[in-house]
Amino acid sequence: MRTDAVSLNRLPVGKKGRVLHLDADDASRRRLLDLGLVVGTEVESLYKSPSGNPVAYFVRGAVIALRDDVAGGILVALS
Amino acid sequence: MRLTTQSTGAGVLDFGGIHIPKETPNDRIIALAGNPNVGKSTVFNELTGLHQHTGNWPGKTVTTACGRYRKDEENFFLVDLPGTYSLMAHSAEEEVARDFLCFAGADAAVVVADATCLERNLNLVLQVMEITPKVVLCVNLMDEAGKKKIRVDLEKLANLLGIPVVGASARSGKGLDALMDRVKALCDGAETMPLRPRYHEAVEQAVAELAPLLEAHGCPVNARWLSLRLLEGDAAVSESLRRYTGFAVSEISGFPSALEAARKTLEEAGFPQSTLKDHVATRLVERSEAVARQAVSFEKQDYAERDRKIDKILTSKATGIPIMLLLLFAALWITITGANYPSSLLAEGLFWLEEKLAKLFTMLSAPAWLSGLLVEGVYRTLAWVVSVMLPPMAIFFPLFTLLEDSGYLPRIAFNLDNYFRKACAHGKQALTMCMGFGCNAAGVIGCRIIDSPRERMIAILTNNFVPCNGRFPTLIAIITMFFAGAFTGAFQSVISTLLLTSVIVLGVAATMLVSKLLSKTVLKGLPSSFHLELPPYRRPQIGKVIVRSIFDRTLFVLSRAVAVAAPAGLVLWVLANVHVGGASLLAHVSGFLDPFARLFGLDGIILMAFILGFPANEIVVPVMIMGYMAKGALLELDSLAELHSLLAANGWTWLTAVCVMLLCLMHWPCGTTCLTIKKETQSAKWTLAAFFLPTAVGLLLCFVIANTARLLGLA
Repeated sequence: MRTDAVSLNRLPVGKKGRVLHLDADDASRRRLLDLGLVVGTEVESLYKSPSGNPVAYFVRGAVIALRDDVAGGILVALS
Repeated sequence: MRLTTQSTGAGVLDFGGIHIPKETPNDRIIALAGNPNVGKSTVFNELTGLHQHTGNWPGKTVTTACGRYRKDEENFFLVDLPGTYSLMAHSAEEEVARDFLCFAGADAAVVVADATCLERNLNLVLQVMEITPKVVLCVNLMDEAGKKKIRVDLEKLANLLGIPVVGASARSGKGLDALMDRVKALCDGAETMPLRPRYHEAVEQAVAELAPLLEAHGCPVNARWLSLRLLEGDAAVSESLRRYTGFAVSEISGFPSALEAARKTLEEAGFPQSTLKDHVATRLVERSEAVARQAVSFEKQDYAERDRKIDKILTSKATGIPIMLLLLFAALWITITGANYPSSLLAEGLFWLEEKLAKLFTMLSAPAWLSGLLVEGVYRTLAWVVSVMLPPMAIFFPLFTLLEDSGYLPRIAFNLDNYFRKACAHGKQALTMCMGFGCNAAGVIGCRIIDSPRERMIAILTNNFVPCNGRFPTLIAIITMFFAGAFTGAFQSVISTLLLTSVIVLGVAATMLVSKLLSKTVLKGLPSSFHLELPPYRRPQIGKVIVRSIFDRTLFVLSRAVAVAAPAGLVLWVLANVHVGGASLLAHVSGFLDPFARLFGLDGIILMAFILGFPANEIVVPVMIMGYMAKGALLELDSLAELHSLLAANGWTWLTAVCVMLLCLMHWPCGTTCLTIKKETQSAKWTLAAFFLPTAVGLLLCFVIANTARLLGLA
């Protein structure tokens, strides 16, 4: 495991990371891929909702909100 | 299921829920695809205008609209497919869209894409291009992209993709003529050279082994595309293929074994089915990225800066929820204040007309029962619906539409998602709840955006806990009469608005509590994973929205008033004027309901009004008034103050008012909503549940509050 790798839900707001690995069940995995979250994609953590969950991310020109459990399954390398 | 020729020779397209009777043999069928939130419906509406109809897909909760566009004496039938991110058939919407593109035999497809987010949209474009070469790309929202200094090189894009590309700003109708020119050219045989992504060598090898076999047996769809899907193990595609075209891959001699062998070779090359799916999806995304990088340039790196700033204010911990409440407050305040003047004006006018009508009947020496039936029954109920109910509805609805068009609703879902997650419900339930403010039936249909059947059912069953447009005026009238009446001037409308806001917050809280209750009992389960797109903010077309939705709402309320309020007034007048055993039928009915109603802090007339209001909530107050007036209390009634004294004379206290408001917020859904629930759930059992659930909660609350207040001697 790389030392600079974190799960997406731990990526601090305002920071960017590159997707290393997706850990999700089949249906959820396909959705994430369709949204462009393939390995190598740059993701930026934009802002948290008032309660801290979900969090909005910037992915390939779109703003996508993900709940903690889904973002927790996406491993990113801090960039 | 495909195109069949009728005796007229023109033919009919009958496909799934879509039925298009062609008018001439030259009529063209055009599929309209695109991601959600790209203005696809705007393109569709601008092109087809009022020449539309919708169809439901059998066995699926998916509706597709079909409309006609005429150009140079030629008909183009446009089929508006559901908005999807992909065609890999993960949901009913995607399956419908894919099946139509693959099997309906459309003459061409238009993919609508968002110029401000082109890269993500290209994924779907490439997928459609794998299915058919007859594709036109419509890059919509060019005006928005221009504002953000995003430059889309349309010519380059067309060269890279190998298909015609047209820029458009559908909201102002720009670019749509050019779009249809290209569509027509494609239909007339113009060639395209669609870019088809190359996959890993091993995958290409496997496809090369399978595709010729399929082609040799007359494969009715693109053989390369079908080979890929079969290699991925997509069972639904073979099923649809057989159903729509009769082409059965398993019956081609040697094909099943060839497929098996190809899969095995792929697996050995490092591509088992799951890896293959990932590889295909990844390649499409990478290809989109490469195309977008060449064709799109961002002159301002921080082009989304303004959206970010707005989002930070509208969704932050400190300000997100307060601003949401403030916006709700503002919308309701405008509704309450704005409705006052037109309401009293309408009341004056309509009751002036009532006098004239009554005089006319007397002049014609019509029998008393006839003038009673028509003037006091039908006309007066109509007049009440129009004067009390119409103005707030016609003001709130456009305000709501403006919020919706600006892109704020997904932010509400973002802000509230945590509560829905804790209730084990779907995050998009916040969206369907918001739609319920406009109309609960629309909210119930909106629940289709929730994929998980369990979570969709929760959203449907609880939609009625937020008051629809037709219930707002009742709440406003009662609040004004009983709670804000003590205040004067501007302060009065502020107090009214505050109280109404609290009633709505109570409804939202009930939605969450009941959702949680359902999740823990009959609809047990964990929340499914979901994502929520927060689309860019768009300046709504204020003038257009206001004019159109006031007009629409007015027409809608008026037509319902004629269809429902008029007959209800008639029934009521008969009930009030036919006497049996010394008392009117009305007295019998309300007397019968009375002891039961009193348990809940209500009375017989109120309960009867809610029951008679089943066809439409707008008539509840008018029926109540008619009910009390039939007892002969007051004859002239053209202001809320007089209504207040009428109600007070009939024993209404603050407690009655509270209980009526609670019951208004929580009782059975109106007739239209019940029918919609039946249609959407395909189940009488769940429709009954949706009927009794809010009713039980409402009556329980009324019971507890009424009896507590009585015990404490407060009322």
